[in-house]
Amino acid sequence: MRAPQAASSRFTSAPYVLVAPLALVLVVFFGIPLVLVVVVSFFDLDKFDIIPTFVLTNYSELLSSPLTYTLYAKTLKYALIVWAITLVIGFTVSYFLVFHVRSILWQMGLFLLCTVPFWTSNVIRMISWIPLLGRHGLLNQSLIALGLADHPLEFLLFSDFSVVIAYVHLFSLFMIVPIFNSMARIERTVIEAAVDGGASRFRVITDIVIPLSKTGIALGSIFVIALVMGDFFVVKVMSGGQSASVVAAMSNEIAILQYPPAAANAVCLLTIVTLMVAVIMRVVDVRRELSG
Amino acid sequence: MAKRATGGRKITRRQLLKGAVATAAAVAGSRVSGVPTVWAQNIKDIKLVQAGGSYSAIIDIGRQATKDLGFQVEMQTGAHDALLNRFVTQPNSVDIADMEYFFLYQLVPRGVLHSIDLKKYKWWDKVVPIFTKGEYPDGRKVSRQGTLPYKVQYVDGPDSNRFAKGPTQWATAIPTVYNADTLGIRPDLVKRPIEHWHELLNPEFKGRSAILDVPSIGIMDAAMAIESRGDIKYGDKGNMTKEEIDKTIKILIGAKKSGQFRAFWTTFDESVNLMAAGEVVIQSMWSPAVTAVRARGIPCYYVPLKEGYRAWASCIAPMRHLTGLKLDAAYEYLNWYQSGWQGGFIAKQGYYSSVPETARKFMTEDEWGFWYDGKDAKSDIKDPYGTLMEKAGQKRDGGAFWERMGKVACWNTLMDENRYMVRKWNEFVSA
Repeated sequence: MRAPQAASSRFTSAPYVLVAPLALVLVVFFGIPLVLVVVVSFFDLDKFDIIPTFVLTNYSELLSSPLTYTLYAKTLKYALIVWAITLVIGFTVSYFLVFHVRSILWQMGLFLLCTVPFWTSNVIRMISWIPLLGRHGLLNQSLIALGLADHPLEFLLFSDFSVVIAYVHLFSLFMIVPIFNSMARIERTVIEAAVDGGASRFRVITDIVIPLSKTGIALGSIFVIALVMGDFFVVKVMSGGQSASVVAAMSNEIAILQYPPAAANAVCLLTIVTLMVAVIMRVVDVRRELSG
Repeated sequence: MAKRATGGRKITRRQLLKGAVATAAAVAGSRVSGVPTVWAQNIKDIKLVQAGGSYSAIIDIGRQATKDLGFQVEMQTGAHDALLNRFVTQPNSVDIADMEYFFLYQLVPRGVLHSIDLKKYKWWDKVVPIFTKGEYPDGRKVSRQGTLPYKVQYVDGPDSNRFAKGPTQWATAIPTVYNADTLGIRPDLVKRPIEHWHELLNPEFKGRSAILDVPSIGIMDAAMAIESRGDIKYGDKGNMTKEEIDKTIKILIGAKKSGQFRAFWTTFDESVNLMAAGEVVIQSMWSPAVTAVRARGIPCYYVPLKEGYRAWASCIAPMRHLTGLKLDAAYEYLNWYQSGWQGGFIAKQGYYSSVPETARKFMTEDEWGFWYDGKDAKSDIKDPYGTLMEKAGQKRDGGAFWERMGKVACWNTLMDENRYMVRKWNEFVSA
């Protein structure tokens, strides 16, 4: 009677001990701060102090302001456009690497090549667009020299166009890596069987490659959408400060010590991003696919 | 003095510091005139951390102070908003707050700063009267719009968290660098004289003008332009009412939608690049940024305008958590700060010192003539690192010290309605 009990208790405690360090780190550095943000979002503030009470003014002000909806619409617009473009790029590049490059060595070499731009910092990669796209930039000068334009194209820089370009440049890799990973695990024999059975290349893609890369697509989408939704620096620099984002508004609030409204804003953003991720997870059961 | 008379044995910490500073090298490990070795050692171990903007918390100043004072001064830099947040939420992580004057509105009521006893500060009577009295030397009052340093210069007593109505013995902070800001233009592309702030909104420069994307400062530049155009007469540009903010933002949104602005900039480098690349021909700018454009061989002019300048001023103050030897070291540092070396250093970058007469000792006659007196440079003017700033024969834009600082229209500030203002500004940026 005693022996099995001792054995079973030893067996059940082991996993808990194993996850304890990670759980502890998450609780201390993620859980507690997050709870604090939620708590502060219900605080009130006067000119100099944050008053620990329970008010809903931060939320009611946020939700009743048309500005909030403009900002979310703008940020969502960027997220969707960037998601669509990076998805096409990520899928195409991965497809090429996995199915058209035969040698593993070349495959790895080209894959590493995709990461080359990431050897410099985010900021440098973004700022370098400015001399290229500017009014007197390389691109405009070339267009004029070639006679393709008679005056500099202004929309190239400090516009939605330049913001999207910078995002795509910065975040494509986050789409390529997971898709590449899941495509690389597709059994070649399945595709061979399909081809032998007379399937066209298009049908192979739609019926085999896409369904089997769902995990990668889902993971990549989560990365890209979360990154765009949480950004304010790229928007600020690439739009020349002329376009705002949810986080930029938050940072303006923090700059003047308005923590409670900023916290309320953060909670809303977090809720929306979590919902988006939940939808993606609902469409693709990432966990099952990963373990399978 | 009185304390010294009570006997050589009862030496104050402050005097001790002085002795130790003078003989910093010799002191270590030996006894000097009855000073216990351990105290002298303590001074060497002291480290003051100063946190401020990149334009004032300069590493060279920290190095020179460390050399001259015998204790260590470490400089840390940050952006405005990061600094303000740090002083409020982690006051103990900083020893010397280096900030713009309008920070004091937030910091003094919160009690994070040590009130400075002016009896222990030796330059106060030599400080430019803009700070000490809110006046020009000829007795004229300086503009009260925005945070005129004088309005937040004094508190009622030690440890008081309330601003005093007039001068007292207790200062909130010691003024350091300041300047008068205006519009920078590309004379080669503008091709005509610019005399008023409203040119910023002139459709002639559609798609080629820019303003600063720091809400509290950007809105003041906008207000200068709007008032100059005659659309709104502000009660106080530095403390707008909600209606004034609404009207201002409405005009700005209109201008933005019609494509007036090429960009809103946040950092020094952005403003230099916009101008140098010709993306923008007229914009609000900082003095050294104008020089930086010119240093690339591109003409840029810091225009003196009829309506005057938007001024700003920085200051330093010890944090309230300092006590004992460390607080004494902080006073020693404040006195060193305005003894001239720092003033000479920053003058060569285009900023003014609050005690110009000590700064002058650390400048050549020619440098003083160029930066402060508005005279033609007799030889090439260089920055503290030896980089060419202006060629011989040039004159400072706007002229002499009082010609520039004497025409201040308003001061950088944080408004009472700043929560509302920031929300409106966000609307403008996202419009």
